[in-house]
Amino acid sequence: MLDLTYPAPAPKVIQGAKEDWELVIGLEVHAQVASKAKLFSGASTAFGAEPNSNVSFVDAAMPGMLPVINEFCVEQAVRTGLGLKAEINLASAFDRKNYFYPDLPQGYQISQLYHPIVGEGEVLVEMGDGTARTVRIERIHLEQDAGKSIHDMDPTLSFVDLNRTGVALMEIVSRPDIRGPEEAAAYVAKLRQIMRYLGTCDGNMQNGNLRADVNVSVCRPGDYERYQETQEFSHLGTRCEIKNMNSLRFIQAAIEHEARRQIAILEDGGAVVQETRLYDPNRGETRSMRSKEEAHDYRYFPDPDLLPLEIEQGWVDAIASALPELPDEKKARLMAEYGIKDYDASVLTADAESAAFFEAVAKGRDGKQAANWVINDLFGRLKADETALADSPVSAAQLGGILDLIGSDKISGKIAKELFEIVWTEGGDPASIVDERGMAQVTDTGAIDAALDEIIAANPAQVEKAGTNPKLAGWFVGQVMKATGGKANPKAVNEAVRRKLA
Amino acid sequence: MSADMLQGLTIADARDRMRAGDLRATDIAEAAIEAVEGARALNAVVHDTFEIARTQAAAADDVLRARGADAPDLCGIPLGIKDLFCTEGVPSQAGSRILEGFRPEYESTVTRQLWDQGAVMVGKLNMDEFAMGSSNETSTYGDAVNPWKAGEGDAALTPGGSSGGSAAAVAADLVLGATGTDTGGSIRQPAAFTGIVGLKPTYGRCSRWGIVAFASSLDQAGPMTKTVRDAAILGRAMMGHDPQDSTSADRAVPDLEAMLDGDVRGKVIGVPKEYRLDGMPGEIEALWAEGRRMLADAGAELRDITLPHTKYALPAYYVIAPAEASSNLARYDGVRYGRRAALDQGDGVTEMYEKTRAEGFGDEVQRRVMVGTYVLSAGFYDAYYNRARRVRTLIKKDFEDVFADGVDAILTPATPSAAFPLGSASGDPVQMYLNDVFTVTVNLAGLPGISVPAGLDARGLPLGLQLVGRPWEEGELLNLASAVEERAGFVARPRRWW
Repeated sequence: MLDLTYPAPAPKVIQGAKEDWELVIGLEVHAQVASKAKLFSGASTAFGAEPNSNVSFVDAAMPGMLPVINEFCVEQAVRTGLGLKAEINLASAFDRKNYFYPDLPQGYQISQLYHPIVGEGEVLVEMGDGTARTVRIERIHLEQDAGKSIHDMDPTLSFVDLNRTGVALMEIVSRPDIRGPEEAAAYVAKLRQIMRYLGTCDGNMQNGNLRADVNVSVCRPGDYERYQETQEFSHLGTRCEIKNMNSLRFIQAAIEHEARRQIAILEDGGAVVQETRLYDPNRGETRSMRSKEEAHDYRYFPDPDLLPLEIEQGWVDAIASALPELPDEKKARLMAEYGIKDYDASVLTADAESAAFFEAVAKGRDGKQAANWVINDLFGRLKADETALADSPVSAAQLGGILDLIGSDKISGKIAKELFEIVWTEGGDPASIVDERGMAQVTDTGAIDAALDEIIAANPAQVEKAGTNPKLAGWFVGQVMKATGGKANPKAVNEAVRRKLA
Repeated sequence: MSADMLQGLTIADARDRMRAGDLRATDIAEAAIEAVEGARALNAVVHDTFEIARTQAAAADDVLRARGADAPDLCGIPLGIKDLFCTEGVPSQAGSRILEGFRPEYESTVTRQLWDQGAVMVGKLNMDEFAMGSSNETSTYGDAVNPWKAGEGDAALTPGGSSGGSAAAVAADLVLGATGTDTGGSIRQPAAFTGIVGLKPTYGRCSRWGIVAFASSLDQAGPMTKTVRDAAILGRAMMGHDPQDSTSADRAVPDLEAMLDGDVRGKVIGVPKEYRLDGMPGEIEALWAEGRRMLADAGAELRDITLPHTKYALPAYYVIAPAEASSNLARYDGVRYGRRAALDQGDGVTEMYEKTRAEGFGDEVQRRVMVGTYVLSAGFYDAYYNRARRVRTLIKKDFEDVFADGVDAILTPATPSAAFPLGSASGDPVQMYLNDVFTVTVNLAGLPGISVPAGLDARGLPLGLQLVGRPWEEGELLNLASAVEERAGFVARPRRWW
């Protein structure tokens, strides 16, 4: 088993006006299950449909309608749980979370409070500086999403779109193991990466398919360690929950702001009030949404319309055995197998497609060289052109072909860059292009000698100077390269110059 | 065609005569329509569906002509449908003002199965609002009235509830059978009050899809008919697995009618001592003794048993049912269907909810929504809801234990009294809830139960006995009920005053 081990990062310390403070952060991440149908109704989940067009009788909470669990969604939750190295609960159950809201037609959300489908797991969150935080997962449960209320279309009316109502979400709840804004963002990014590998959530934050509620509190240095020893929350500060954030940048900014707000209150001798807050990205601040006293009493109880969800160990095992290689394992393997650097391995395993592309290029070739070409030349070019890897004009086979030509000394590194550009813009087989366009480097000493002889004959003054100034040898090399259109093997040219001018 | 044609006519008779070509579905349908029009005083039928009935009857006659003896059991049989069932394009209000104007775009699974057999819908039937009540007095349509009366000029009696309209319609020969639903006794109690047969099947036997939910873990549809045989025929047609209802059982439904051989020799019938209540009328006590005698006469073995947690059933029921109802009824907000209150200038969404629900729900529904909300609320959940669930588990185990000891079915009175006058108990909810004392245990345990008319009280009002069976053993239960039916020889009919 290949393992990645890193030291833990230092917790972020914020200097208040009076003293130093640390942050304690836990996240509830809502990930939309990548499913074509909703969690309990057959309605479509397609994004961007006409308002209220993806709504079944069940979603609209018509009288007498009943939910039926979508097995595909259950499977995706199990896959996600396995991907987070979590315990899978063979028996789980659905509960009703009751509250009135216009975009919740049933008057309750079907969720899993008492018996979630996935139990404890963990995620390795690399910080990119050689450190990594292990964040414990408390649970993952399945639940229905609500609809969307739209308040800005009319001065007096609100509109409700039920397309999202009943869409399956996985709520991934972390322990308060995250110690800074950057860690929080990296944690969400890592979850997204893992779920994309698994195909269980597309991770599209802009469309709201991945959102996070962030719990933030601050404490004095040393308090967190006391909490860890005892698991007593009393050592930690009062937390506030910042709801519904759908950007990594906002998550960081909101945590930073919220921590400073709490520190200012505490240093003023006040107390933080436990409450739910909203982040306003325009003002860069959080504001109160509702306090603990105003918190809903959700009156959870087991949903009598649904039987307890029972799954078989054999089914879970079959899902486990069919899981793809996940980012950590892939990264460790690429480092071991291809001898590439940690950073390069991170870049190449950012998504499964990149890794697969790299491996197709690197197989049977120099891994480090393949990594350099994939990351610097290909990814760099893709980024500059704003092109996705899937649409790359240069295939793995073509790039591999270019590397083979370098490896066999048929072309120089410099020519290889030109060749890459030709393949990028025109396509074609690299070896054929080299042959057709006479791009092969000249290693034939006869041809190099002939070119050099011509230059020597035409430049007697330079030859004479070279006798006293050995640095002039470079001028001759340059002339030969020029005469051969850059195709001469630089090593052979150097050799010939040294020999002839000696 | 005379409405009298339906007098005493059973589903089985009508089926056999139609198959033989002696009777036409269209004629029975016209007789039923006439009977309904002549019985407005009973307020049993709240939405007429005569045109649908005529169309369905004509189609049934075509099937009968083409298939004769092979026509489905219910082909051409006129039925009434409790207002709780969603019927496509037909008002389906669950007896509530809040569903005023609601015509579903879908058909409940149970009624769909009936129409697929060629049954004929005459109308939607009165009921307590959202099936919450034991006297049909909480209905937005007004009280349904029992066709039975204690004497000339005497007060109108309740047909029971919540399936009061169903009971009245069958007892008064307006239809040959009716659908009911039973959450705490809503089929069996009205059946007992009106001298008909009412079967609550095992929980999960009939699909709940398309039936307006009251308490989802307790609700179960079932047949209300004049005879046990008819209950077998109509019940079988209503039952069956439905993938759209996760709590529906994937089990084959046997030919229940074929299981009615009347042979109950050697069957062990449990008689639970906890059902002997303090202050129970002597007539009920006597009826129960008579039931034991009848079953013993038929060759069954009577055995005294104990169901020790019985006394906790009613309180547990009145926690669990309102808890589920408080959540199930949250969807009635005046937004997507049904009635919306008129709003004042400046009213927002909260006022719309409040006004709509305040005027759309009757007192009993509001009471149960409040009770249910309370028992689920933070701080009270364990003391009420969780405790009630534990009681429910114990009650279920009581039954499992006696069945494991070899008991085949349990005999109890169906109700603690005969039908009472309308208006006499409606002011006292607890008094009203006591009507369910013999029936709620069966819902809490998810068992099949049947009420069979077994005698008359001193005033000439019908009384019923209840038999409770093992899970999924509706066939055996109906067979035992037929043994009681046969020996009770219950032939009394309400004198027609309407």
